[in-house]
Amino acid sequence: MIKNNGFLPALPPPSTSVGVIGWLRQNLFPSPLNTVLTILAIYLIYLVTVPTVSWVFLNADWVGESRNACTSGGACWVFVAARFDLFMYGFYPESEYWRINLAFAILALLLVLLNIRQVPRRGWLAAFTLIGYPVVAFYLFSGGLFGLDEVETSRWGGLSLTLVLSGVGIVASLPIGIVLALGRNSQMPIVKAVSIVFIEFWRGVPLITVLFMSSVMLPLFLPEGTSFDKLLRAMIGIVLFESAYMAEVVRGGLAAIPRGQYEAAKALGLNYWKSMVLIILPQALKLVIPGIVNTFIALFKDTTLVLIIGLFDLLTTIEAGFKDSNWLGYAVEGYVFAALIYWIFCFSMSRYSQNLERKLHTGHAR
Amino acid sequence: MTITNNSDASASAKTIIQITGMHKWYGEFHVLKDINLTVLKGERIVVCGPSGSGKSTMIRCINRLEEHQRGKIIVDGIELNDDLKRIDRIRREVGMVFQHFNLFPHLTVLENCCLALIWVRKMPRKKAENIAMEYLARVKIPEQAKKYPGQLSGGQQQRVAIARSLCMSPSIMLFDEPTSALDPEMIKEVLETMIELAESGMTMIVVTHEMGFAKTVADRVIFMDEGQIIEENDPESFFSAPEHDRTKLFLSQIM
Ligand SMILES: Nc1ncnc2c1ncn2[C@@H]1O[C@H](COP(=O)(O)OP(=O)(O)OP(=O)(O)O)[C@@H](O)[C@H]1O
Ligand SMILES: [Mg+2]
Repeated sequence: MIKNNGFLPALPPPSTSVGVIGWLRQNLFPSPLNTVLTILAIYLIYLVTVPTVSWVFLNADWVGESRNACTSGGACWVFVAARFDLFMYGFYPESEYWRINLAFAILALLLVLLNIRQVPRRGWLAAFTLIGYPVVAFYLFSGGLFGLDEVETSRWGGLSLTLVLSGVGIVASLPIGIVLALGRNSQMPIVKAVSIVFIEFWRGVPLITVLFMSSVMLPLFLPEGTSFDKLLRAMIGIVLFESAYMAEVVRGGLAAIPRGQYEAAKALGLNYWKSMVLIILPQALKLVIPGIVNTFIALFKDTTLVLIIGLFDLLTTIEAGFKDSNWLGYAVEGYVFAALIYWIFCFSMSRYSQNLERKLHTGHAR
Repeated sequence: MTITNNSDASASAKTIIQITGMHKWYGEFHVLKDINLTVLKGERIVVCGPSGSGKSTMIRCINRLEEHQRGKIIVDGIELNDDLKRIDRIRREVGMVFQHFNLFPHLTVLENCCLALIWVRKMPRKKAENIAMEYLARVKIPEQAKKYPGQLSGGQQQRVAIARSLCMSPSIMLFDEPTSALDPEMIKEVLETMIELAESGMTMIVVTHEMGFAKTVADRVIFMDEGQIIEENDPESFFSAPEHDRTKLFLSQIM
């Protein structure tokens, strides 16, 4: 806890021989000024932590059916528990929840398998995860074939909708971004111009405008009577928007690859695509993993903007939850819960990226 | 001469690289001026000259890492032009070793060597690995095959780079200052590898300032200055009796 107070000066790491007291003296109380700062910091932490802990845990109400159960004065987690299904599944029919659960269970299994070194044919597994799995997941979500009831996309919602939107955004924006980045670096003037215009256009407009246009403007341009799915339109908007950002991140990586790598690949007789796929991109993407993940995290949180076109993602379902007259007044609990969920996902992505970087490091060290 | 009798004389008489009246500009800057050079099969040529004289640019034109604007370059009977197919064919004939090794840091030593065999020559992985191991043994580092380039010393990296080029069984090897990024104690191991390669009959064009190497290995030494070939001679005459003042000056500076 003390480590995080941010007031400490950067000091050399403590030697192990001095023990706890030595460490404390060396790091927290080395001089009168530092002692004052340390005490002040501890006091601030105390001021923040104690009421928080008592609100979240000590005085909170956990069990019950309605707001009548919330009498202790702390957080009313009964609200979250009672509306949990709504937050997770939106208006998806309750009898079909298992389909969503199954889809995410398969995804979790795939992700776990992909991260175990001993699993054979991981390449194929990765290809299935990226290409085959979305089809399976789409079928499970929407049904309509082979005995599964159809569930319209307007009933999808909650965390599962957030994950669908950001999952599609992440999986589609990276390859499109790579192609755009290569296009922007291309020798061919038309390809280059198209890429630049595309990137600069989508980077120049706010996502909220993109979403709004996709839901309000796009239908105006389409022939009368053609309607295509609101969720699909939002997805396309998000993917195009994010791929422009991704393209610039990837381009940064491409620029960092020394010319000698291109030349060595050429001298060995590799053509453009082979040298890109085998030599340049693996190195460039590895360099920009932090930037890529940063974009993913931003995308994940940006999906909340779909609320303006009437899609019920996690945040919107939570807001709908506390606007319900049965639960009026529990907005704080709702937002804290939303923050927790978003934080868990974003933090996992961030940790995973650090892990990946470490794993891909082939040692310029030594 | 009979067809079956592939004697040394007939093999070495064959022209493998012919450069005639070649010019190159970088924008306004005239880097290479009227380069004429004929290289015979199995010949070993050392190119030297002051910094910025165009040595690298010249040899990089031979495998089209740089484009020339005027004149002709014919490699193994194929004239270089914009035709990508021809460029591809020539690059398969010509191996290149760079000053800074340019190994692929994300691939192991073995993968560095196999890569082009698998993706350019379309060879099955097993076979490619066998060939790669053979050449790694030839440059005396088979035990490093599973390591990454970043884990090797400079000299070892350069030997891997040589092995990587040799895997493609090129008929010509270009070296652009292969030892000038190395510490003195590593220069020797790389030069030894190159001498062995020369003894095996490889056609080599080597840009280097290692005059010892030039004396022992080269058939011909070429001196360049300001984008021109100033002098061209066998090593003995080149070092003992240079004709041009600029050559004399250069030699006095580096010896
Ligand atoms: N891409 C480029 N654009 C413009 N000028 C260049 C480029 N590459 C090289 N030059 C110039 O062309 C000239 C010849 O360069 P080159 O690299 O061939 O010299 P070099 O003889 O190999 O020198 P060194 O011994 O330093 O390697 C130099 O004056 C250099 O500044
Ligand atoms: Mg040079």
